[in-house]
Amino acid sequence: MVAGYGDDHAHDHKPKFFTRWFYSTNHKDIGTLYLIFAIVAGVLGGYLSFMMRAELATPGIDVFNEDIRRFNVYATMHGLIMIFFVVMPALIGGFGNWFVPIMIGAPDMAFPRMNNVSFWLLPAAFVLICVSFFVPGGEGGEAGFGGGWVMYPPLSTAGSPGPAFDFIIMGLLAAGFSSIFGAINFITTILNMRAPGMTLHKMPLFAWSVLVTAFLLLLALPVLAASLFMLLTDRIPGGTGFFDPSMGGDPVMFQHLFWFFGHPEVYIMILPAFGIVSHVVSTASKKPIFGYLGMAYAMVAIGVVGFVVWAHHMYTVGMHPFLKAYFVAATLVIAVPTGVKVFSWLATMWGGSIRFTIPMQWALAFIILFVIGGVTGVVLANASIDTLLHDTYFVVAHFHYVLSMGAVFGIFCGFYYWFGKMSGYLYNKWLAGAHFWLFFIGVNMIFMPQHFMDMKRRYVDYPVEMADLNWISSMGIIPTGLGMMFFFLMLIEAFIVRRPAGANYWGEGATTLEWTLSSPPPFHQFNKLPVMEYDDHH
Amino acid sequence: MRLKKALLLGIPALLLASTSAFGAEPSFGWDVGVTDNAADGKKFLYYVYWMIAAIVVFVFVLMAFIMIRFREKANPKPSKTTHHVGLEIVWTIVPVLLLMTLVYPSFSTLFKQDIIKEADMTIKATGYTWHWQYEYVGMEDQIDEIISKPLSKEEAGEDKYLLATNAPLVVPSGTKIKVLVTSDRNLHSFSMDPFWVKVDAIPGKINQTWFEVYEGKEGTYYGQCAELCGINHYFMPIEVRVVTKDQFNSFVASGGDYASLPTGKNAVQTAALNK
Repeated sequence: MVAGYGDDHAHDHKPKFFTRWFYSTNHKDIGTLYLIFAIVAGVLGGYLSFMMRAELATPGIDVFNEDIRRFNVYATMHGLIMIFFVVMPALIGGFGNWFVPIMIGAPDMAFPRMNNVSFWLLPAAFVLICVSFFVPGGEGGEAGFGGGWVMYPPLSTAGSPGPAFDFIIMGLLAAGFSSIFGAINFITTILNMRAPGMTLHKMPLFAWSVLVTAFLLLLALPVLAASLFMLLTDRIPGGTGFFDPSMGGDPVMFQHLFWFFGHPEVYIMILPAFGIVSHVVSTASKKPIFGYLGMAYAMVAIGVVGFVVWAHHMYTVGMHPFLKAYFVAATLVIAVPTGVKVFSWLATMWGGSIRFTIPMQWALAFIILFVIGGVTGVVLANASIDTLLHDTYFVVAHFHYVLSMGAVFGIFCGFYYWFGKMSGYLYNKWLAGAHFWLFFIGVNMIFMPQHFMDMKRRYVDYPVEMADLNWISSMGIIPTGLGMMFFFLMLIEAFIVRRPAGANYWGEGATTLEWTLSSPPPFHQFNKLPVMEYDDHH
Repeated sequence: MRLKKALLLGIPALLLASTSAFGAEPSFGWDVGVTDNAADGKKFLYYVYWMIAAIVVFVFVLMAFIMIRFREKANPKPSKTTHHVGLEIVWTIVPVLLLMTLVYPSFSTLFKQDIIKEADMTIKATGYTWHWQYEYVGMEDQIDEIISKPLSKEEAGEDKYLLATNAPLVVPSGTKIKVLVTSDRNLHSFSMDPFWVKVDAIPGKINQTWFEVYEGKEGTYYGQCAELCGINHYFMPIEVRVVTKDQFNSFVASGGDYASLPTGKNAVQTAALNK
């Protein structure tokens, strides 16, 4: 036996700075890296959207007058960055890495080194994506790729001959592999490393949400990777013609492949937020989750049905009406498990003793905004109505209500819920409250008018009759931006003042395993596995 | 138990609100549309709007009630209830029933839009990068194709900029018109909101749609491209001038001369993107 074996466990041994953060295999450090990365990418993604709203504030071309194609580039990059480099890294990489192992009573992820690769592929991918801003992309050699985050050919093949789009393909492939590795890691961890006594049906809902999300990632992302490769070979002059009608290909086929990935992708972004909100609602109400099994299996149902509804994104491509009818029916079905989730959150609050803590405010706002985004989804599900609304700002408003406000509110909800646990410090409630209210008012100002705009998507300029609503919408960026300023002030203040957080600063309602550990948790937790002793409330 | 009572009261109220909304002829100040598909689509859209409004109000009122009634001060001792099978069945079944009310109007409007019976006239619309071109199928020897390019701000005027074209598509009212839609190299979308028409223009593929503008609803209608097609995506409008059958016949007889059409302000309905 090696001398000194096991000695390291006696104290909280941390490696030195470079080794700790660059060679990291510790799930908590990797989670922190993901969160920092998401914040940095979020600043860029937010900047792009602010520039677009500034352009659209008044009719006429004011901001992008040197190169109006740049507007399309910004819209494209805003979508890609927010989805692949902000929401996914924050929810899955950040909170998933931090809290899934702790919640299931595991010392770390199943494959710590693969976890490291998962993270470090992302900055590489992000660099590739950012390079595409500056290299030629358009037919006239203009910089950047302006084909939309959906990347439909022929605009992304013959229509964008420059290398800008190749950089995006490479970046997305890297980000995709990062997510696939992460998904493998989460599935293995959750299925094999739960503490003794923690059956799947006793597992916290956030772990459930990440498990379902990981399966969606594992099944959907290879399809994206394949279609990106097909675009790549299509782009070579004289190359393949998968999507080129002059070579027997079909541009619509790409749309099917893309949305077969793209629709599960929207659930990949929202499901972890469901998990977080469940914990926050339960903690703040000092009550266990209502209908735990219904909540878990509603997420499974959403994940499964989410794979068979993709073509509702493409009702106008000329599908047979019977095919459309199927996608209408299948899409409407998703409203049912979603309704179960909303009513279960309300029932969790019912009879509770609700404290309106900062994370609870985000959670309540999440429910409000998600309900609005959900019901507009029911409108859009109908193919005959989508004839009017397809590719309009109604769609933009709908998906920003569920993503920009659903998923992002879920992220901030989790951030304020776990901030003390992750950093060891409590935040200033006044700054956090200012962040919440400004952000809440701002995003509603931006996106509520967009439902009524009657304006087509991806337009750099619009007829004058749409001016009023566009002005209100653009003014919404002021409170939103101020809100984000307060978020950073809150962060800086918390790390300067350093109010120490106790192990369980939420009190009796917080029952999951992370609250049994110190804040921040020890570098390695659960060297001796916790044994679950649950009461019978599940 | 209180939750049960609230739902027992709330759900019938919700159902009542949504069914009565369908019966009434709601109006938000929009006109009823200029084609059958627009009228039916709008009626269905209003029904869905009423339904989702009722759902949103129900959820928000319930939520506000919970937030006040069960705040920490009002209810210091939380209950430990985590199950109620009846309730869970109710909030699964009721949404299913609500969604079922959508199926019939959704499918019937869809099939009416998409299943095209005998048309009186066929037009081929081709999306170019970036303008539209229209051909009167079977009448090529009488009318040349119309190359419809957008007007600059000076030519179109402030109000009609991004909507007006130099050569609109001219069609007769009271005539079932089939539109074949395709594209030369990029994706576009032939989108005419006033007619409740939108179908993608895809290279290598011919899509079809149809519309029939009511007699008496003659005028100028506008649409805009609805599928990202590059730099001038925002600047390839669709302008359709709907005229009476007689006026259309003289337009054809003149070989497609716009001077043969009645012009002036009266003929131009300022119903840009009206719905």
